[in-house]
Amino acid sequence: MVAKAAAMGWRPTLPAKSRVSVMKTYKLYIDGKFPRSESGRTYQVLDSTGQFLANAAKASRKDARDAVVAARRGQAGWAAATAYNRAQVLYRVAEMIEGRRAQLEQDCRRAEGLTAAAATKLVDATIDRWVWYAGWADKYQQVVGGANPVAGPYFNLSTPEPTGVVAAFAPEDSSLLGLVNALAPIITTGNTAIVVSSYRRPLPAITLAEVIATSDVPAGVVNLLTGDATEIGPWLAEHADVNALDLDGLDHDYATDLQVRAAGTLKRCYVRDTKDDDFAEPTLDRLTSFIETKTVWHPIGT
Amino acid sequence: MAKLEYAPAPESRAIVSIREEYGLFINGDFQPARSGATFDTIDPATETHLARVAQAQAEDVDAAVRAARRAYDRVWSKMAPAERGKYLFRIARLIAERAREFAVLESIDNGKPIKESRDVDIPLASAHFFYYAGWSDKLHYAGFGSDPQPLGVAAQIIPWNFPMLMLAWKIAPALACGNTVVLKPAETTPLTALLFAEVCQQAGLPPGVVNIVTGAGATGAALTQHPEVAKVAFTGSTGVGRSIAAAIAGTGKRLTLELGGKAANIVFDDAPIDEAVEGIVNGIFFNQGQVCCAGSRLLVQESIRDEVISALQRRLATLRVGDPLDKNTDVGAINSAQQLARITELCASGDADGAGRWTVPFTAPKKGFWFAPTIFTNASQADRIAREEIFGPVLTTLTFRTPQEAIDKANNTPYGLSAGIWSEKGSRILWAANRLRAGVVWANTFNRFDPASPFGGYKESGYGREGGRHGLEAYLAR
Repeated sequence: MVAKAAAMGWRPTLPAKSRVSVMKTYKLYIDGKFPRSESGRTYQVLDSTGQFLANAAKASRKDARDAVVAARRGQAGWAAATAYNRAQVLYRVAEMIEGRRAQLEQDCRRAEGLTAAAATKLVDATIDRWVWYAGWADKYQQVVGGANPVAGPYFNLSTPEPTGVVAAFAPEDSSLLGLVNALAPIITTGNTAIVVSSYRRPLPAITLAEVIATSDVPAGVVNLLTGDATEIGPWLAEHADVNALDLDGLDHDYATDLQVRAAGTLKRCYVRDTKDDDFAEPTLDRLTSFIETKTVWHPIGT
Repeated sequence: MAKLEYAPAPESRAIVSIREEYGLFINGDFQPARSGATFDTIDPATETHLARVAQAQAEDVDAAVRAARRAYDRVWSKMAPAERGKYLFRIARLIAERAREFAVLESIDNGKPIKESRDVDIPLASAHFFYYAGWSDKLHYAGFGSDPQPLGVAAQIIPWNFPMLMLAWKIAPALACGNTVVLKPAETTPLTALLFAEVCQQAGLPPGVVNIVTGAGATGAALTQHPEVAKVAFTGSTGVGRSIAAAIAGTGKRLTLELGGKAANIVFDDAPIDEAVEGIVNGIFFNQGQVCCAGSRLLVQESIRDEVISALQRRLATLRVGDPLDKNTDVGAINSAQQLARITELCASGDADGAGRWTVPFTAPKKGFWFAPTIFTNASQADRIAREEIFGPVLTTLTFRTPQEAIDKANNTPYGLSAGIWSEKGSRILWAANRLRAGVVWANTFNRFDPASPFGGYKESGYGREGGRHGLEAYLAR
C-alpha cells in the first residue's frame, strides 16, 4: 500500500491556512557575500512588542577585520569608477528598494512599531534619499573643488578625493533611514563602508544589504555587521587601515571613547552635537566629511 | 670649476629694535605673566641672547581666553562683516609696510636666510591677510550654507619653522569668519608674533580680538584644553597632534591639524634634469629642510639615478651655508640645539644602515646650530631615514623602475602631506597626481604656496585645509 502510494507520487493535502513558511537566516554582509559570523554567535532580535523575530548574527572582532580587508580591497576600484557610474549604481539601489518596498516596510513596522502609513512614509524617504545622493555623485566635485587663482603662472586645481575606508555606526532607533543617511554619503564620494547596524533593530539593515547586493554595488563597497557596537567598535576605531569613523549614531559618551581611541591613527571622525530630523534634506556636511582635498600645481609656460 | 667667492652682503639689523623683555599680548596691551615667569629666546646662528619673553601659565591663558570671549561677544560678532574685513586689509597693508623689519627679525629669531624671509615668508603672510580680508563679507557664497556662523574663540598653536607665515595662516581665516583668537607662537620663535601684536595695535584692531600668549608645551596644553575655546588649530609634530585629538574628544571643540610629512619627490626618466635638480634642491634645502612638506625622499627612476645624483652633488656644492642675514646665503642655521641633535641622530642611523651619506664640505662656525646639506645616495625603504621625518637639510634617495612602483613607494608611509612629480609627459603627470595620496601635489615645481591654494594632509599628516575657500570651513559652524 505504501509502495503503491509512493509510486503514484502521493502528496499529502493540508488545510489551506497551515502553510509552513520558510524562515529566513539573517547573516552578515561582507565582501559581497552573506556569511555567518566566524564566531558562530547569534543573538535574539525582538520586535517592538517584545516578540521573537529572528536570530541575527553577532559580529566578532574577526568579522570586523575581515570587513575592513574587504572594504579596502573594494575601495580602489570604486573610487576609480566614473562618477556617472557610481551615480547609476546608487540610483539602482533606489530602484531595488522601490521594488522591495513591501518587505522593508514590514521590517520597519516590526522593528520600530510603526503604523502602515508611517512605514510607507519612511520607505518613501529612504528611496528619495538614495536618489538625492545618486544625483550628487557627479556634481559635488564642482561645488567643493575648483581652480585656485594663485599669484603666479601656475595651473592650480583642488579636487575632492575619497578618504578611503569608513566605519559607520548606525543609530539605535532609526534602523533604516538613519542608517541610509550615514551610508549613502560615504559611498557617493568613492569611499567604501563598514556599517555596524542598530543592535536592537538590525533586520531592516540586513534587508537593505540584500538590496545592495543586487544593485551592481561591487563587492566590498558596503559591508554590514550586525551585533554589538560596544564590542567591535574599539577594534574598528583603532584599526590602522580604517581612515574615518562616522560616530553620529552613537551616544555621546561612547562616541567620545571611540574618538579617543581613533586619535592614535588620526582618523577623521564625524559626530554632531545636535542631530537634524532624519527626514530633513541633509546639508553637504556628511558628503564632505569623508573627502580629502588634493591641490595640484603645474607651471604654465613654453 | 672654481667656486665664485661673493663679498659679504649683510642685511642691516638696524631696522629692528628688539626689546629686553616682552610681555603677553592680552586685550590689546602687553602685560607680564602674573607669576612673572619668563624664558629666553636666542639667535640660533650665533647663540646670542635676544630677549626675555613672558611665559604664560594657566591663569594667563585663562585671562587671554576670557578677553577673546569678551571681544567676541561684545564687539567682533556684532560688527558688520565688511567692517571686519577692513581691519584685515589694514593689517595686510601694515605688514607690507613693515615687511623688511619683519623679515630681518624673522631671520634673526629663526635662523632662516634673509632671502627667504624677505621674498617668501613675509610677502605671503601679508597676502594671506589680504586674501581672507575679502572673504569676510562673502561667506554666504562660500558653500557653507546661506548664513554661516563663526565658532567663538579659536586656540591656535604654531610651529617655529615659518613663525610669521604660520601666524598669518591661522589668524587671517579665523578673523575673517568672525572668530577671535588666542595664539601661542613656538617657544624658540616668539618675536615676529609679538611684533605682529604691535601691528594689531597700529591697525586699531579692537582689544581682545587677537591675543598672543608666549610659552612652551604647558602653555599650549592649557590653551587647547580651556573650556571656553570653541576651536583648536594646531601645526606641529604628529605626536602632539595625536594627543590633542585625544584630549578634545567629546568636548565639542572643532579641530584641524597640520602635522609632519615625508614627501616623495618623484623624478621620471624623461624629466628635464636641470629643472628637476633645482626642484629637488628647493624641495629639501629651502628653509634648511625644516618644512613639513619638504621633498625629503628622492624617488628617482633607476635608469637616470647616477646622472641625477651627480648633477645634484654639483649643485649642492654651490649652495652657500652661513649667516642668515647675508643676502647671498642659501642655507641658514638650524633653529635649535634640540633640532640639530635630532637631525644628527637620524643621520647616524643612516650611516649605520649603510645608506651612503654625502655632505657638502663645510666648516661650521664655533657658535650657532649648523648642518650642511646632506644626501644619502643609497637608502632602502626600511631605513629610518626613509621612514621618519628628519626635518633638516637631509635628502634620502630611493630608486624605482616602473611608474607603479614609484607610486607604491611614494604612498608607503603613514604621512600624506605633499609629493612632487618630474616628467615631461602630461598624461603621466596626471596619472601620477591622481594616485599619490597627498594633499598637495607639485608637478614640475615644488614648494609653491599661495593664500588661494588649499594646503593640508592625508592620513597622519593631519586633517583640514588652510588656504583658499576650503580654509574657511574650519572656522565656521556646521
